[in-house]
Amino acid sequence: MSALEPAGLVQATGLAPEAGSIGGLAPGLPPKRIRLMSSAAWQNRMAVAGLVIIVALTLFCFVGPLLYRTNQTATNLLIANLPPSAAHLLGTSPEGRDEIGQLMVGGQVTLEVAFAVAIFSTTFGVAWGAIAGYLGGFIDATMMRIVDAVLAIPFLFFVVLLASILTPNLFVIVLAITAASWTSTARLVRGEVLSLRTRDYVAAGILFGARHRHVIFRHLVPNVFGVVAVNATLKIADAIYIYAAMAFLGLSLPPPATSWGDLLTTGINHVFDGYWWQLWPPAIAIVLIVLAVNVVGDGLHDLVERRLERR
Amino acid sequence: MTAYLARRALQAILVMLIVSVIVFILLHSLPGGLVRAQLGGRVSTFQVRQLQRAEGLNKPLPVQFGIWLINALKGNLGFSYKMNQSVASLLAHYLPRTLLLVGIATVFNIAIAVPVGMWQGYRRNQPADHLLNASTLILYAMPDFLLGVIFIILLSLDMPLFPSTATAFGSGLRTDMAVLVLPIATLVFGNISYYSRYMRSAVIENLLEDYVRTAYAIGNSSRRVLLAHVLRNSMTSTITNIGLTLPFVFSGALIVEELFNFPGIGLLFWNASQTRDYPVLLGVVLVVTASVVAGSLLADLGYAALDPRVRYVRA
Repeated sequence: MSALEPAGLVQATGLAPEAGSIGGLAPGLPPKRIRLMSSAAWQNRMAVAGLVIIVALTLFCFVGPLLYRTNQTATNLLIANLPPSAAHLLGTSPEGRDEIGQLMVGGQVTLEVAFAVAIFSTTFGVAWGAIAGYLGGFIDATMMRIVDAVLAIPFLFFVVLLASILTPNLFVIVLAITAASWTSTARLVRGEVLSLRTRDYVAAGILFGARHRHVIFRHLVPNVFGVVAVNATLKIADAIYIYAAMAFLGLSLPPPATSWGDLLTTGINHVFDGYWWQLWPPAIAIVLIVLAVNVVGDGLHDLVERRLERR
Repeated sequence: MTAYLARRALQAILVMLIVSVIVFILLHSLPGGLVRAQLGGRVSTFQVRQLQRAEGLNKPLPVQFGIWLINALKGNLGFSYKMNQSVASLLAHYLPRTLLLVGIATVFNIAIAVPVGMWQGYRRNQPADHLLNASTLILYAMPDFLLGVIFIILLSLDMPLFPSTATAFGSGLRTDMAVLVLPIATLVFGNISYYSRYMRSAVIENLLEDYVRTAYAIGNSSRRVLLAHVLRNSMTSTITNIGLTLPFVFSGALIVEELFNFPGIGLLFWNASQTRDYPVLLGVVLVVTASVVAGSLLADLGYAALDPRVRYVRA
């Protein structure tokens, strides 16, 4: 699912000696070292910046409403669709609610859904992949064909189908997105477990009479932790993206509850009226958080890669 | 080659079988049952029983699945009471349009992403690479509908170059082409990074190979090495990616069709979800998935044709 998968390859494969790739190297130092360092440092800076953005947006959504008090349930059509002013810094919504306050409460829902999906789909995916990879044989083949099948269904169709069979509430939304996004984790973990299974310590564990459960959850799962952490991070971004798409398709919580995707959809519906303050703030919020999560995932990926190389 | 083909086709069939089981289970997990979902709340038990008997819903589930599967294989995917038309005829009408949309988008996607990824791989970690990385990442982070709206604002409102809705699709080649520009642009630009990032790392890996050094050593120019050797060897990653990216493009098509009112299968699906037209919903999921599976099968065959190593190792 992640488009960012191969980002760490540059570091992993070392660097090419061809012409045109060397710029500004200090003489006397092996070029490879310098490039690795600068690249890693750059990646780290980006990851830290991403982390700062995530923390800042989370604080904005969850602590913000305590400092910036607005009424987010009442409808007041007298102040509907106002452009930004001193009283409402980002204007008001079509229901006459303060746009900044809307961003805060909407962000709460979006972030809650995203983190819940990341936790649920990772847990389920890890269990599924670990069991399949460890047991192998027929069970593995069956379990992985199910993964293939779910992966082949375009996720948005799957999510919309689930959400129109069940009535959308917070739990159904999380469940639907989870159902469409646990598969990549399962596949990843299975691959890792398949290679870990041949290691001596696992064989030793089995020789000493360890139970399946013990081997899977004590030896295998902790060793795939690194790659899973990267995957889980990127899941947050995917979930935000899918939830926004669901909101656009009208599958979200009933009003007055809102989310960044709902706000963005409202903005889009008013594009022809010129209410730019309803469109760009949620758009920027979504793009910003997805970008931030992705660069953090990238940074984590490199960290894990470097650790694996040392091993 | 034949063995590889057969194995891959068998796998595709198996996947479709599992998908149909999932779809069937979902169909039968509707609250209150399929019949009540179709008839609405205000029906008598007698009417419910009658329709259940007519549709064979009083038989045991495995038997129902068998009947349903045989019907589906014959092309009979049920009847839409909401649209008073058979699901198959609806699908036959709308699916080709979406396949056209997705097909053109994929071709353009690859045509743009491959040079971008190559350039990035060749100029890795230089300003041009960082710039392209950042821009494809931002495009990737944008929800499809936001990207589509930006295109509408720029190319339809500010500069009235292309129509902002695609409802007119199907009325002559000229209109069709004009109408398709923005939906396809949205699908293409949102998905570039899926291909370009893999292309970039494939090029970087290939540049390290011995054959590249040899090619340089015997006096080839950079251009020739890149275009004649590295491009061909890096393309395999792009081709395997088609199968993995297709679900995303179809998902994007759902959004794009709804945004631009393009009368394809995504819009049919969305309308069906609004009216809770379950036979249509499930039929669409089935054919869309079948398209993805068929697409990735084709991509794999192309891969095998292009890269002899696949044929010999796996066969």
